[in-house]
Amino acid sequence: MSSHAVVHTPVGGELMTPFFRKLLFFVALGAAAALWRFAFGIGAVSNLNDGYPWGIWIAFDVVTGTALGCGGYAVALLVYVLNKGEYHPLVRPAVLTSLLGYGLAVLAVTIDLGRYWDLWKVPVFFWRWSGSPQLEVALCVAAYVTVLLVELSPAAFEKWKDGAHAGLRRLSEAGLRFMDKALVWILALGMLLPTMHQSSLGTMMLLAGPRLHPLWFTPWLPFLFLVNCIVMGYAVVVLEASWSAREFGRPREDAMLAKLSRVAFFVAAFWLAFRALEVVVAGDLSLVASPIGVVFLVELALAALPVWWLSNDARRAEAAYQVRSALMLVLAGTVYRINTYWIAFNPGPQWSYFPAVPELLITFGIVALEIALYLWAVRTFPILAGGEAGAVARG
Amino acid sequence: MTPSRRTALKVLAGGGCAAAAAAAPALAREPKVAPPGAMGMLYDTTRCIGCKACVFACQQANGLEPERDPSGLHLAPVDLGARTKNVIKLYKDGPRMSYVKAQCMHCVDPACASACMLHSLQKDPKTGVVHYDPSYCVGCRYCQMACPFGVAKFEFEKAVPKIVKCELCRHRVKGEAAKDRSGFTRYASGEGPACCEVCPREAVVYGTREELIAEAARRIEQNPGRYFENRAYGLTEAGGTQVLYLSHLPFGLIGLPDLGARGVPHVAYTIQEGIYKGFVAPVALYGALAVAMWRNRRGAAAPPAGGEGVPS
Repeated sequence: MSSHAVVHTPVGGELMTPFFRKLLFFVALGAAAALWRFAFGIGAVSNLNDGYPWGIWIAFDVVTGTALGCGGYAVALLVYVLNKGEYHPLVRPAVLTSLLGYGLAVLAVTIDLGRYWDLWKVPVFFWRWSGSPQLEVALCVAAYVTVLLVELSPAAFEKWKDGAHAGLRRLSEAGLRFMDKALVWILALGMLLPTMHQSSLGTMMLLAGPRLHPLWFTPWLPFLFLVNCIVMGYAVVVLEASWSAREFGRPREDAMLAKLSRVAFFVAAFWLAFRALEVVVAGDLSLVASPIGVVFLVELALAALPVWWLSNDARRAEAAYQVRSALMLVLAGTVYRINTYWIAFNPGPQWSYFPAVPELLITFGIVALEIALYLWAVRTFPILAGGEAGAVARG
Repeated sequence: MTPSRRTALKVLAGGGCAAAAAAAPALAREPKVAPPGAMGMLYDTTRCIGCKACVFACQQANGLEPERDPSGLHLAPVDLGARTKNVIKLYKDGPRMSYVKAQCMHCVDPACASACMLHSLQKDPKTGVVHYDPSYCVGCRYCQMACPFGVAKFEFEKAVPKIVKCELCRHRVKGEAAKDRSGFTRYASGEGPACCEVCPREAVVYGTREELIAEAARRIEQNPGRYFENRAYGLTEAGGTQVLYLSHLPFGLIGLPDLGARGVPHVAYTIQEGIYKGFVAPVALYGALAVAMWRNRRGAAAPPAGGEGVPS
């Protein structure tokens, strides 16, 4: 693994493109809806109710958003634990998408929490901690965002160490020295924390047990959520690498992404088989013959299609199939998570839920902010691999 | 397979075994039992006349603003809500009909309290009443997701919201409960649950859970065939509740779900406590990960700056 002296360079170029302006427009809309929510309460902007107290903000922004942010975790497992150094160029951009996915999930939580001003008490009042799986998620996610910031800090240090500001230069040199020494301990934390909270996200819905459909309720929920986030992590990295290669005119690492797609294939195939077998072993197969059973089958089919595509060597080598499969795997994981937190949750026939327009605007705003921050970060800091070493490519 | 990769897998497997070993002893989560002085209520559908005196007494005792129609007249609430901690509903299917009261069941093993991160919702160690302290509540509404009876409600319409649920009128209690002439352990008049105090037919009564279980048995014995399955709901359901129901109709028809005998938190807590007991498993996994990576990095030798984040 010694052959991975990766050169990261900032992309540079004009930030205020027409696309970027569109993103900012959606961010502004979402911010306006969020302000409305803080002034007049959650009911003023959302269709959340006492039957469906959790909606799209939790099911998508938090539960799916953090899984989309598992690229850093999934690739780090390959590179550092399984010692697959060849994927090293993918690590830094993956850590960036992780930081954005998790950071914005925290933002979404803050909007969703009815009494957000008391949130600081969760880490501080440790003598009041319960065994709630959500407590584990909350503490772990907070810690993980910090770890991701530290993991990504060299991107900033590398930029500042040759900069004009003397204080920043000294800080950067000290920071890089610290990172070199503490790297293993930080990286291990960066792998332990997602293992913990991604599985706990599954455990969380076990408490909703009696009202969660048996096709989704299983004591294996934590395990299924953990494996699922790794699948989504690999898929997101393929998408991110493909998109940024096209967007910024950097060479696309087709061969590496083909190999990564193979890894994604194995993990996804395992997940799919486990999910289906668990239902059979639990004796719930007869429940498939029902309207919600169709939802279950669609969920499986969404995962089965990319697994089938990726099972073939020739298809896996094609960029089009890599991207298509990754998109489908992301979609399948998203649908699985939204089903577990929303569709398969049944509080009774008197309740219904579909997100309201301002509620959706907040979610769109958060996604737009995520993409905008990504663009700003890769243009400003040395995140993406390749480009001309030492020179800033003008795009 | 490279030697370092083999080592990594071995180390990880070791960590996994350590985690599993740590989890094993916790697998037997003991069923929760109600405290000896657990207070509760017994509701009897055959005695309720649907007068709803309890609904309005509850609103008054808890300072809840009743819902109004546009002309300003009070409306009878149709369900539990942010302004309603107690409600009377009606089941009617031809000649088969029954009033049914709904409020917090005060579970022996409450799912809401297990969901709550800082014990904002918790069980009183003495009375077993599941009570709410907003000062540690972040408004996450996980309690609402967890409660199998749909009891916990949230003030969605407020910018400074709280969770709303029956707390067995604990704010009215000033003195100790004592056995009175009725044979039940009760508070002084005006200090007990308002709904029970105003009920004109003893359709809902309060006392300790043991007394209520005995009272239910007495009513069943005196009226053979009157009650569904000749048993009270809440003795075993979801690990037991402190509010018990006697019904002449099947429990499912009057909104009491079939929950099995295990507490709702059983599965989640068995897993969660199993993995995190003493924090042994996470620490073992952390150590295993660090050792695996340290070996990989040493194996890489050459440039000391081999990892992510360092200048290359």
